[in-house]
Amino acid sequence: MANPTMTLIASNTVGSGGASSVTFSSIPSTFTDLLVKISTRAAGSGTATNQQLNFNGDFGGNYTSVFAEGTGSSAVSYKNTGYSFHFIGNIPAAGATSSTFGNCEIYIPNYTSSNQKSISSDSVTENNGSAANQDLSAGLWTGTSAITSLTLTCGSGNYVQYSSFYLYGIKNS
Amino acid sequence: MADTPQAIEVNCETGVVTTRDLTADEIAAQAVAAQAAADQKAAADAEAAKVAADKAAAQAKLAALGLTADEIAALSK
Repeated sequence: MANPTMTLIASNTVGSGGASSVTFSSIPSTFTDLLVKISTRAAGSGTATNQQLNFNGDFGGNYTSVFAEGTGSSAVSYKNTGYSFHFIGNIPAAGATSSTFGNCEIYIPNYTSSNQKSISSDSVTENNGSAANQDLSAGLWTGTSAITSLTLTCGSGNYVQYSSFYLYGIKNS
Repeated sequence: MADTPQAIEVNCETGVVTTRDLTADEIAAQAVAAQAAADQKAAADAEAAKVAADKAAAQAKLAALGLTADEIAALSK
């Protein structure tokens, strides 16, 4: 990689009203790869819930992925085929230790390609306790159009206030 | 929290942030996706719990055969 650069394209921090999803739209095509960094917590019930990723408003069954998940006591792996979203791991929910946020990083190489797009992500919940979820995933979106928007959706309830989202562009030269 | 779920959209070209209510179709689609994801998590959690229980049971059986804790741990290294 010759002289790579990393540029913040856009960011958002959820306000006091909460939000069930955050979309970055009109993503410029001037970069090589995309990198998303998020710090989130859900208002829904339970100690953890999931969050989901979709591209270009495609909520059809066009996402396939494999996962390795550690729960704090054991590890499992599984595969999703033909899902309507890319599962990017778990985040703390209302039952988790208060004010804890999970973090996640998503990498999307060659997002303007006319081929199907690959996705990799890693995430971990924070719970100030022994029970937590760590997820590693590799996925595929079958869309062949350039990615111009991406939507992150909270699996249960809203993203709470101060959940934050950062979209970076990576340029190889 | 707002009564109707809110969607935030950040336009990367203009920097304009728009917050709007989800449409009924979006709420329905989100519910379906949330249920699918919840089912997936429940299945993963159940599998993880079974793995942990099987591991504990196997370790107990090995201990009953006379293996030390170090010997049992060495089996999984």
